[in-house]
Amino acid sequence: MAATDLDRIRALIASHKRWDTAFAVLGFLALMVGVLTFVALFLDMTLKGLPRLSYEFFTSFPSRHAEHAGILSAWVGSTLVMVVTAVVAVPLGVASGVYLEEYAAKNWVTDVIEINITNLAGVPSIIYGLLALGLFVYQFGLGQSILSAGLTLALLILPVVIVATREAIRGIPQSIREGAYALGATQWQTVRDHILPYSSAGILTGMIIGLARAIGETAPIITIGALTFIAFLPPAPVGAEPPFLNFEWLTSPFTVMPIQMFNWTSRPEAAFQLNAAAAGFVLVFMTLAMNGLAIWLRYRLRKNIKW
Amino acid sequence: MTAMVERVGPEIGMPAQNQPALKAEVRGLSFHYGEVRALKDINMALHEKQVTALIGPSGCGKSTFLRCFNRMHDLYPGNRYEGDIVFHPDGLNLLGKDVDPIEVRMRISMVFQKPNPFPKSIFENVAYGLRVRGERNRRNVEEKVEQALRAAALWDEVKDRLHQLAFNLSGGQQQRMCIARALATEPEILLFDEPTSALDPIATASIEELIHELKQKVTILIVTHNMQQAARVSDFTAYMYLGELIEFGVTDTLFIKPKMKQTEDYITGRFG
Repeated sequence: MAATDLDRIRALIASHKRWDTAFAVLGFLALMVGVLTFVALFLDMTLKGLPRLSYEFFTSFPSRHAEHAGILSAWVGSTLVMVVTAVVAVPLGVASGVYLEEYAAKNWVTDVIEINITNLAGVPSIIYGLLALGLFVYQFGLGQSILSAGLTLALLILPVVIVATREAIRGIPQSIREGAYALGATQWQTVRDHILPYSSAGILTGMIIGLARAIGETAPIITIGALTFIAFLPPAPVGAEPPFLNFEWLTSPFTVMPIQMFNWTSRPEAAFQLNAAAAGFVLVFMTLAMNGLAIWLRYRLRKNIKW
Repeated sequence: MTAMVERVGPEIGMPAQNQPALKAEVRGLSFHYGEVRALKDINMALHEKQVTALIGPSGCGKSTFLRCFNRMHDLYPGNRYEGDIVFHPDGLNLLGKDVDPIEVRMRISMVFQKPNPFPKSIFENVAYGLRVRGERNRRNVEEKVEQALRAAALWDEVKDRLHQLAFNLSGGQQQRMCIARALATEPEILLFDEPTSALDPIATASIEELIHELKQKVTILIVTHNMQQAARVSDFTAYMYLGELIEFGVTDTLFIKPKMKQTEDYITGRFG
């Protein structure tokens, strides 16, 4: 090959590579728009709120005096609502996912159901709030209670749990199913002994991501009528005396973290804005901690599985 | 139907009186994947405690045929069998509409092309067939697991790490563990679907030796794409092409003096 040809090829490569550089820069900038915005917001909130974070902040009820106000009723409310949400959404979602993947005949009815589940995940959360207001609060007479809120958020994250379950199940190679069936296992034995254990990592991840979404939901909770100012706790779920467990807390009025934040941000006094920032920090921290837990669990449970 | 049994005898190149008892007879078997007819009117027999090999080019239907024996095709919609596989001594038609495929799979085990250990311990893998059958007695389970692992020539290698994950075994060991898993429930027929295609030559040799040992106890049907393997391990060989059984007979005869031109072309490497 002549030297001039070689030079031409090199010049061509160099000019093509300029596009590599151009895209790398553009992509990086695009990425930074998201990352930096989040970091700036989070830092701003942290700097404002951190001085307010103290033991008292977690153990005090809201108050008219910003410096005495705390998030006790909010974090207790959020926790209890999450318990109801998880207890309702996980069995329903996992059972639906397993049914769709392992049992349902592959026909147009299943296709329609599948499409609808995917669509449900995109329905605005306030719609769920309206549905819950009519159904749980009035029709079933559950009132503006922790139970109503938990059920509402369970509906909201059900599609997330179903989709996560199905994805996890689809990750199991067909050879594992065939191996179980070839030994004479029934469908249920295969599900119980293989499908569920091997997909548990994905299912748990889906559940936690669903809960992390639910804990920040405000609109549906406001719609069903959560209180914005509440200075008492629901009855304790566990007691020192028999019967140890009681379920009165399910019917108790409540508030949750995002509503507490919303309440404080709508106050004119600057001191309440600091409270809102502190509560926001706690909420973001809870969400990130849940996501972290999901990653850790997935790693732990997947460690033994190689396919 | 009796006519067909008589027909099998002389054709396979062995005097009828010297033949071992029949374990299963395939009569007029056709198989359909939806509209596709993958197997066409197959007639042959499995002899008790003998190794029967299925050979033929890729896509000839040998795996499809094998998977009829434990009704694996029932797991997927749109599959249809025609004809019978009569199981001896009780005369059960394995393909009968009223026969539960789970019952069939309890009596006929299978080893797959690629080792498919469950992500559980070696012990739990081998014990799974027993668990499925509701065996709760720990002593029984331990005993049968040991027996199965010994029969699969794996016991000495794994006896000190039964409770480790099966994934930690080498490919050949995994496949022998899968054989132990299939043996633990004392099946009457053992199906092998190209059991060595994912293994190196040394592991392959050990599996072949094992198959040779196992035929003392169990009837074996093996699919292989490797003709030398069929010649080495089997007593009977069936050559299949495009879903049809071209020739079936005693392995030595079939390899040395095949009756059909097609078989000869295939085994001499002129085709396939």
